[in-house]
Amino acid sequence: MGYQLSFTQIWHNFDKLWYGLILSIELALVAIAIGALIGLTLAILYVSSGRIVRAMISGYVEFIRNVPLLLLVYLVFYGLPTVVDIRYGAQVSFVATLSIYSGAYLVEVFRSGLDAVPRGLLDAGKAMGLTPWQRLLYVRLPTMARITLPSLSNTFISLFKDTSIASVIAVPELTFGAQWINNRTFRIVEVYAVTTVMYLAAGYLILFGLRLLERRFRVDR
Amino acid sequence: MSAPPLLQIARLTKSFGMIQVLKSVDLDVAAGEVVTVIGPSGSGKTTLLRCVNFLEAYDGGSIKIDGREVGYVDSAGGKKRSEVDLASMRAETGMVFQSFNLFPHLTAEENVMLGPRRVLKKPLNEAREIARHWLDRVGLAHKAKSLPSELSGGQQQRVGIARAVALGPKILLLDEITSALDPELVNEVLDVVRQLAADGMTMMIVTHEIGFARDASDRIVFMTDGTISAQGSPDALMAQVSDNERLRNFLSRFSATTH
Amino acid sequence: MLEAIIYSLPYLMGGLGMTLLVSLIVVALSLVAGVVLGVGLIYGPLPLRLLIRLLTDCVRGIPILVLIFAVYYGLPPLGLNLSSFWAAVLALTLFKTAQVIEYVRGAVSSIPGGQMEAAKSIGLIFSQRLRYVIFPQAIRRFLPPWINGVTDAVKGSALVSLLGVVDLMTAINQVIGRTYEAMPLYVAGALIYFAINYSLSSMSRLLERRFAYIKE
Repeated sequence: MGYQLSFTQIWHNFDKLWYGLILSIELALVAIAIGALIGLTLAILYVSSGRIVRAMISGYVEFIRNVPLLLLVYLVFYGLPTVVDIRYGAQVSFVATLSIYSGAYLVEVFRSGLDAVPRGLLDAGKAMGLTPWQRLLYVRLPTMARITLPSLSNTFISLFKDTSIASVIAVPELTFGAQWINNRTFRIVEVYAVTTVMYLAAGYLILFGLRLLERRFRVDR
Repeated sequence: MSAPPLLQIARLTKSFGMIQVLKSVDLDVAAGEVVTVIGPSGSGKTTLLRCVNFLEAYDGGSIKIDGREVGYVDSAGGKKRSEVDLASMRAETGMVFQSFNLFPHLTAEENVMLGPRRVLKKPLNEAREIARHWLDRVGLAHKAKSLPSELSGGQQQRVGIARAVALGPKILLLDEITSALDPELVNEVLDVVRQLAADGMTMMIVTHEIGFARDASDRIVFMTDGTISAQGSPDALMAQVSDNERLRNFLSRFSATTH
Repeated sequence: MLEAIIYSLPYLMGGLGMTLLVSLIVVALSLVAGVVLGVGLIYGPLPLRLLIRLLTDCVRGIPILVLIFAVYYGLPPLGLNLSSFWAAVLALTLFKTAQVIEYVRGAVSSIPGGQMEAAKSIGLIFSQRLRYVIFPQAIRRFLPPWINGVTDAVKGSALVSLLGVVDLMTAINQVIGRTYEAMPLYVAGALIYFAINYSLSSMSRLLERRFAYIKE
């Protein structure tokens, strides 16, 4: 079984991996931005609403969290256009799916963050005469932001890894790039070795950066 | 006795579920007066204080500041004031908390500025001037840019006081403000309170520091089981000790620890 | 539409059987491997600890899909031939094991160090200390997240469809290929996954609440 390692074919096609990696990061960035918007809106709605609205938000959260992302990707890309009159490319479809997906996770992150704001701080805000909106804006949200920052970092890293699923609908991200090279050069071991290293290096570099950022904003230094 | 009292509490009642914590409390505080509320834990003194700025909703009776009912449009149990209305009422009372409750994401100066800026709608520079002035008054001008986590407990509480008085409140409510402090830090906080008293600030103080209550207040109120069981000037209250067994028992527990 | 669903039902059930089989094997293997390696990570000698750390950090740092492809395509050239079924199971087991190791670490480290010392002081040997003192206490912290984590195995198993294993996901796509009823089938599939996973996560929450009542 003399399999000879040779990386020349990989370096030859390295741009497929490099631009794939950049696209992966971009997809994750857009998804977490939209997801955070969804998550924050629904979390605020959740803590300030009655039972019916809460049940609806929980329904969304539980449904998304308990269904495979792969199925959601298929459903939005292949299923939805058959019943609704919309047209979109694979990339837009995937970003929409990942945003809705991350939104469901972030509702939980923000909701528990809002709950974790100490009561005394809200009392202090009340005592000084802040209105409910001012208390949300100046006391609850900033405190929540610092509490949830580590979870946000972790969610972002998860989403970055989840972008690999976009390859199944031919979005040219990193995993798709790896398959593309694999199909043409058959340097199987080399392609996946390099791809793995790229995912690891990018993921841990991003995580390292985010942790530095967190430390800058830590409340209890 | 010509001017009506600044704060008028009448027949105030409050229950938590089945437990009645305030049973018809009557208490007036005149402008410039310093009233200290003492009593065993569970006597309702902190609840009383938290009713004054409606952090707790009272069930019956009335609380008026400058003649205006605090939490309700007409009377207790009726329609509550709107949140915006409540906010502006609360801006007229300052409160200092046992656990400081400084906003952890804001510097000392920003904590003090928040009220003047967002509640009183002062321009940025003016709000900063107010904050600097009060931080200076509590001896923390040099800590203006520090986060709460970088301050000692005593310093945090002094910022808490500055934050409360920066709104120019008609009355200041102090809720066991030294209970969470190490003994050696208690005096730096009490000194600030003494200064405020000397400047004529109206104050209602809940405390366990009997010695402080005795020498800093115009009147001491002794609460047990949700009612006021004795009150008077410090001297007058001490004169009642022989007649009031609960007061005697309560004070005897402190005689060993206070000087 | 109803016709399509009735027609597709046997296919979907067959696929569901495969999904459950893959999940079950993965969960069982990863439980054993995860507990052993988790104990190694906490109590093992430094080189072993570093090795396990490295392994879990690598596995957790790459997408499961890449892990699956790497195992399926990468092992044969190295002389190891696995069927698509076992390649998928191996990859998912690696992923789940890394997760279980973290649960074990979290659960065991929540137990005060004095417990281990007390167990030593009454003369228990290492395996006895684990069996009679540490594990009985740690299980309360381990069980809720672990059961909740089983949903990750079920969800992750959908990826085996990409290697041609006929699981629920594959079955859905095959039926769609024949009936062209994409949306109803994806929704039906989503509901089946939801039913399984929601039961698991509800059970996890229930257990967590039960355990929360037990006094320390």
